[in-house]
Amino acid sequence: MTVIEPEVGSTILSIQQLSKVYAGGFAALKSVSLDIKAGEIIALLGPNGAGKTTLISTICGLVQPSSGRVLVAGHDITTDYRITRSLIGLVPQELTTDSFETVWNTVSFSRGLFGKAPDPAHIERVLRSLSLWDKKDNMLRTLSGGMKRRVLIAKALSHEPRILFLDEPTAGVDVSLRKDMWAIVSELRESGVTIILTTHYIEEAEEIADRIGVINHGELILVEEKRALMAKLGKKQLELELFDPLEALPASLAPFGLELSANGLKLIYTFETTESGENNISSVLEALREAGITFKDLHTSQSSLEEIFVGLVNQPASKPVQGAAI
Amino acid sequence: MSKLLSNVMNYYAVLAIYKFEMARMRRTLLQSIVTPVLTTSLYFIVFGAAIGSRIQEVGGVGYGAFIVPGLIMLSLLTNSISNASFGIYFPKFSGTVYEVLSAPVSTLEVVLGYVGAAATKAIILGLIILATAGFFIELRIAHPFIMLLFIVLTALSFSLFGFILGIWADNFEKLSIVPALVITPLVFLGGSFYSTDMLPPLWQSISLMNPVLYLVSGLRWSFYEISEVNVWVSLIGVSVFLVICLGVVYAIFRTGYRLRP
Repeated sequence: MTVIEPEVGSTILSIQQLSKVYAGGFAALKSVSLDIKAGEIIALLGPNGAGKTTLISTICGLVQPSSGRVLVAGHDITTDYRITRSLIGLVPQELTTDSFETVWNTVSFSRGLFGKAPDPAHIERVLRSLSLWDKKDNMLRTLSGGMKRRVLIAKALSHEPRILFLDEPTAGVDVSLRKDMWAIVSELRESGVTIILTTHYIEEAEEIADRIGVINHGELILVEEKRALMAKLGKKQLELELFDPLEALPASLAPFGLELSANGLKLIYTFETTESGENNISSVLEALREAGITFKDLHTSQSSLEEIFVGLVNQPASKPVQGAAI
Repeated sequence: MSKLLSNVMNYYAVLAIYKFEMARMRRTLLQSIVTPVLTTSLYFIVFGAAIGSRIQEVGGVGYGAFIVPGLIMLSLLTNSISNASFGIYFPKFSGTVYEVLSAPVSTLEVVLGYVGAAATKAIILGLIILATAGFFIELRIAHPFIMLLFIVLTALSFSLFGFILGIWADNFEKLSIVPALVITPLVFLGGSFYSTDMLPPLWQSISLMNPVLYLVSGLRWSFYEISEVNVWVSLIGVSVFLVICLGVVYAIFRTGYRLRP
């Protein structure tokens, strides 16, 4: 079994019109298509029941697709499952572990299961990198929830996968451990591993992802570079606190679409910034000066990814997002 | 050797599953060995010494010796089924089965690992019972190879059956219902502790519909060359059952029944 190592930047995972309808008739995935490049981190956001876990489970072989296909490093997940699954590591959402096994044994078991010869040196490296080395002889039932989560990551990394799926990796994890997880993800990316994670935490996606996909009602409604998404869909606002209240805006300020609030003591200018960073702020300020309007303070704000996300998932199903690049 | 094997199959996965399952037995080694030894001893004390002393020879064999194949078969059937069904049911119950289902393993490799380990454990226990019987009676095995063949075929086929049961069961009650309500009665009514010659003609005919009768009869023939039915019928019967179970397991993995939605 020879697998050609995908180059960084080439497509390592290609999901093509993937659909899943469960026996009861529930359509969990509706013609999802997505290409993921080797070495990138992509975060899949979506509310509960959106289809995130079904998507991951289908790619990993846990759920049978109803239609469509998935290629991993150019190999079909159904016909070439031996190759594709050996390239994939999965960290499930639930903390499912064999209570009476030791950390060392369960991680070694995973390596064997994925067809790799025993390599104690690699297992040691993985355990040390996840701060599990001291616990290697502990039974899993004696570990805390956070440590069990690390064990699941160690199991997924035991066979040196090129793609790692993290399904809600920091669900129920305290802030400190969450930051540790982010550091682990960064280190994995340094080693060239492609990472696909699902999360409820917008902060998580904002912190570590290169691209963000939003799933809702089984549809991938948007995939975009994180920064481009923020720039494209994120509103920026300039707020000016005035010295003297205004009863109405002078006609010279009408073209800028300014809003008056706080009984005429606050001016709000909503604007977009072009890719080259240009905007009309200086023109607005110049027009204010010419109109003799003075202000004592100003600040700008940008809508967070969370606000963007809430805005997207609240749209009716099947309504495509303007400018979305899928 | 291992490299050659790994080119044709996921040899490391088979070994990993097999070792994992055998480790469960090692963790309860004392219980695993003491239980069959104690149970066999009790059977010999109750059936062999207390009741057996009042029973004439059966088919020219002392009653104590007569029940040995039945005891081995009882242990083989119950242990094969319980080991294999628990082996696959528990990962389903705890959720750890996700790892096996997402691994690059074929149906054959999964079966070799789980069923191989379950059958190994059942065979070991069967041989322990045989050895324990040696303390109570003088063992005579006319056809040791045929005996081993019966033991191995029975352990494999009923481990496969247990594996199917473990996949089908979606609660612990279902897991125990078949061994308790089907297998144990069949073993007790399958001539384990008596010859069907002792029954009225009608019950003799009904007994022939009991598949376990053929297994006990075949194994008894390998010991004492006495049997209720032709030994070849027994061998063919257990082989056909093995093939049917293999087919069902293949269909389960092909369709994803109770494993992959």
